[in-house]
Amino acid sequence: MTTAPAPAPATADRSFVIQLDEFSGPLDLLLHLIREQEIDITNIPIAKIADQFLGAIDALGLNEAADYLEMAAYLLRIKIQMLLPRPLDDDDWEDPRAELVRRLLEYEQIREVADWFIQQASARSDRFGRGQVPEAAEVPPPPVLVNVEELLAAAERLVESLPQRIMHRVVPRPLDVEGATRRIQELLAEKPELDFIELLGEEPTVTDVISCLIALLELARLGALQVAQPQAFGSVLILRATADQAA
Amino acid sequence: MQQLTRLLEAALFAAARPLPLDELRPLDPDAPEAEFRAALDELRERYVREEHGVELAELAEGFQILTRADCAEVLAQAQIVSRPRRLSVAAMETLAIIAYRQPVGRSEIEEIRGVAADGVLRMLQERGLIEVVGRGEGIGRPLLYGTTAAFLELLGLRELSGLPRVDELSVALKPLEEVSEQ
Repeated sequence: MTTAPAPAPATADRSFVIQLDEFSGPLDLLLHLIREQEIDITNIPIAKIADQFLGAIDALGLNEAADYLEMAAYLLRIKIQMLLPRPLDDDDWEDPRAELVRRLLEYEQIREVADWFIQQASARSDRFGRGQVPEAAEVPPPPVLVNVEELLAAAERLVESLPQRIMHRVVPRPLDVEGATRRIQELLAEKPELDFIELLGEEPTVTDVISCLIALLELARLGALQVAQPQAFGSVLILRATADQAA
Repeated sequence: MQQLTRLLEAALFAAARPLPLDELRPLDPDAPEAEFRAALDELRERYVREEHGVELAELAEGFQILTRADCAEVLAQAQIVSRPRRLSVAAMETLAIIAYRQPVGRSEIEEIRGVAADGVLRMLQERGLIEVVGRGEGIGRPLLYGTTAAFLELLGLRELSGLPRVDELSVALKPLEEVSEQ
């Protein structure tokens, strides 16, 4: 870099003030730089354009950077290829810019079609078919209005909805006939008589009732106890067997 | 007005999309196609001659009654209609490539535009402007895309042949030799 005063390329400098959002891709940007400076597309001053391109993408957001950086690398490669010395009489030499020119022309063509599309679509959008209703205006979501009680209530609901940790669930096993027999004998050992309802205990299951009944009938048959029902449909009493019966 | 013309006007008024001739034929199964064409022409000319607010448009291989473009501004200002949201330049470029090169795969589109195309392709597909028309040869059998009837409607075209021909464009592809001669 020399400190000599540059011949103030004002127009070229202005082309650097670029909004990158305006460009649909690196080729669009490249084409813009070339057109702006009225450069012959078949004879691109690649070193200058590559520098300008790099300068322009400095301001680029990172989202699209990869596409632009790939182009920057491509331009620099061409720049280097142009600098390589070549034999004067080499007929096979191919301009390293040829591929770039081909791509630019191809892109320019597509761009022209795209511009035509934009015009057409714009003209078409001025003519409405039936059933064209205005799109509903997008209403922004209302701001969240919450007081402390609501917040606490919501937190509580959340806590309640959390699954409870269950260490181990004890499932009562239905009483079988042997169990019922044992229970009757134990209860009769404590007191001389008891009620059938008392025998069943609290909230008996169907199985409990059946087991107790079978056990009771069996013990009565064996003479291990006495069963009495003082009143019709009254409670059934279970009594210890008298000495003579047990014998 | 002829009876067939009246029926056609009624049908096109009632439909909210372009109706192809095939769908209009049951209006008078005995009438030959030429009679339909003549009746449609009569309707079109009547709208023009009498300076109606609507016109008979032929698009996406069908017929549709549309409001005239010179009414658009007032209709939009009165909020009776609203113009559809415009597509981005990137989307239009992608559509241009697909329209001219279909069936075409993603890699070719990206090669021409020099930009990743996934997002734009998805958006165009969601809008029904392009569709997958097949799978190409090569690694992974890439999806190939083509344009749809909705694309023709977007541009107000009757058929794909309404696109500008490549040799009509101001930028024509120059042969590589010409470039290398410099």
